[in-house]
Amino acid sequence: MLFKKGAEANLYLEEWHDRKVIMKRRLPKEYRTTELDEQIRFQRTIHESQAIHRAKEAGVPTPTIFMIDTVEATIIMEFVEGRQVKQILNGLPREEKLGLCHHIGMLIGRLHNHEIIHGDLTTSNMIQTQRGKVVLVDFGLSEQSKELEARGVDLHLMKRAFQSTHYKYAKECFKAVMEGYAVTVGTTTAKKVMEKIKEIEKRGRYISER
Amino acid sequence: MLQTSSSGSSYCLGIESTADDFSVGILSFDGKVLANVISAYIPEKGGIHPREAARHHVEVAGNVLAEAFERAGIKPRDMNIIAFSQGPGMGPCLRTGATAARALASYLGVPLVGVNHCVAHIEIGRLVTEAKDPVTLYVSGGNTIVAAFEESRYRIFGETLDIAVGNCLDVFAREAGFRQDATKPLGAMVEELASRGQTFFSLPYTVKGMDLSFSGLLTAAVQSLHEGKHRPEDVCLSLQEVAFSMLTEVTERALAHTEKPEVLLTGGVAANKRLQSMLKLIAEDHGARFCTVPKQFALDNGAMIAWTGILAYQHGMTVPIEKSFVKLKWRLDEVNVPWVDD
Repeated sequence: MLFKKGAEANLYLEEWHDRKVIMKRRLPKEYRTTELDEQIRFQRTIHESQAIHRAKEAGVPTPTIFMIDTVEATIIMEFVEGRQVKQILNGLPREEKLGLCHHIGMLIGRLHNHEIIHGDLTTSNMIQTQRGKVVLVDFGLSEQSKELEARGVDLHLMKRAFQSTHYKYAKECFKAVMEGYAVTVGTTTAKKVMEKIKEIEKRGRYISER
Repeated sequence: MLQTSSSGSSYCLGIESTADDFSVGILSFDGKVLANVISAYIPEKGGIHPREAARHHVEVAGNVLAEAFERAGIKPRDMNIIAFSQGPGMGPCLRTGATAARALASYLGVPLVGVNHCVAHIEIGRLVTEAKDPVTLYVSGGNTIVAAFEESRYRIFGETLDIAVGNCLDVFAREAGFRQDATKPLGAMVEELASRGQTFFSLPYTVKGMDLSFSGLLTAAVQSLHEGKHRPEDVCLSLQEVAFSMLTEVTERALAHTEKPEVLLTGGVAANKRLQSMLKLIAEDHGARFCTVPKQFALDNGAMIAWTGILAYQHGMTVPIEKSFVKLKWRLDEVNVPWVDD
């Protein structure tokens, strides 16, 4: 059953050996030339599986992977039951909202400590389970890096996601994320990354200093 | 609220001068384009030098204005408002257009409207293609933006983190020895060469979330050109394929996220047939209509400024002359667009 038709991949909710699983399939894109299409699909499939595994080692909850099919560019993984942070964040009471953001910041910090850059940090890629655990998904654009630049861009994307989907609370939410981030990476690194984010923002072609 | 001229219709004159084009458009308030005259500054060597471009604008301003009035068949006195591109863009260029607009508005005693250049690209696109609520991909030498309307503004879903895609193609073309002339832009030369390419090879593909980066791609493409391992045709082909796939991927993600009914392609790079075909495919895939803007309205033009000026004026958004400073870094998502329905 088609669960979600994304731009990059389709997610199917399936029964697989008596388990509820998500089949993430990167279908060929007709608009791309074949070589580029295969390169992108296979690379991202492998990358994603590796990053999901390494995130676990870093202490960040991610779905369990059951099988990888590089020919079909498909990953079969655990179906995480819960709700996207995107759906719940705006409706939460202030304390809980900031608490959740603080927690998300800690998780991002753990990823960065292990040189994992998520590459697509949006609130739709974070699922809160009924028990309150936050699971990070969609590592398709992830990369391995310890560069300040990569960390800065990663968090800059998080900020942008708040601004477009949760713009009323963007400022305080991102502040809470950075506070949580500082807990896991240390205040010195957090400060450096924060400065980098500011630099990245100023680099944009038409961004007035604010 | 609308003023009416003696002939019964109302008109707006728009001046565009953000970069290398100086253009004047005249539109009636019901959206009829009476004139859209564009004069391009073509550098003798290299890219746009802002001061040189501004000098060009000063030199041609009088003639372009006169030609616009002649084509429209109406007189300066018939204008009800004057609109100008207030930003974003190059300072010296913007100031030239602003000065002309202020002079006209003050001489004629009519209101002045400052227009955001990026908003204007979207608005003229909506006018000429009748797109109601599109995901817009605006690609030119200065801008690379994926935007869609969301709660009173055009929100930016993705944009370049460094150089614009048009800039990437232009610089590459100059490296390949092409020279811009009046009949053919550099991008068209790359497109032509790419159409004769046969073998694709891998170049850096950089999408970060919804944002894009073209500087690494440009460096690698220029390098492989100079190394001579690949035919220039194949370098062009590969450069285009990678750059446009990046743009299409980000546009598709915005489309999947917003579920908008249309995809609007505009800006100077919109003329590229390969990019058009790629976007058409993803639009169809998501049940959206693909719209692209005819060249004279896709390039920087005065008509788009005039039309957006009319929309803004109808919502009381005029600017007093003494406060009509140009805004070099005026972002698309800083502008309220009350004329678009929620």
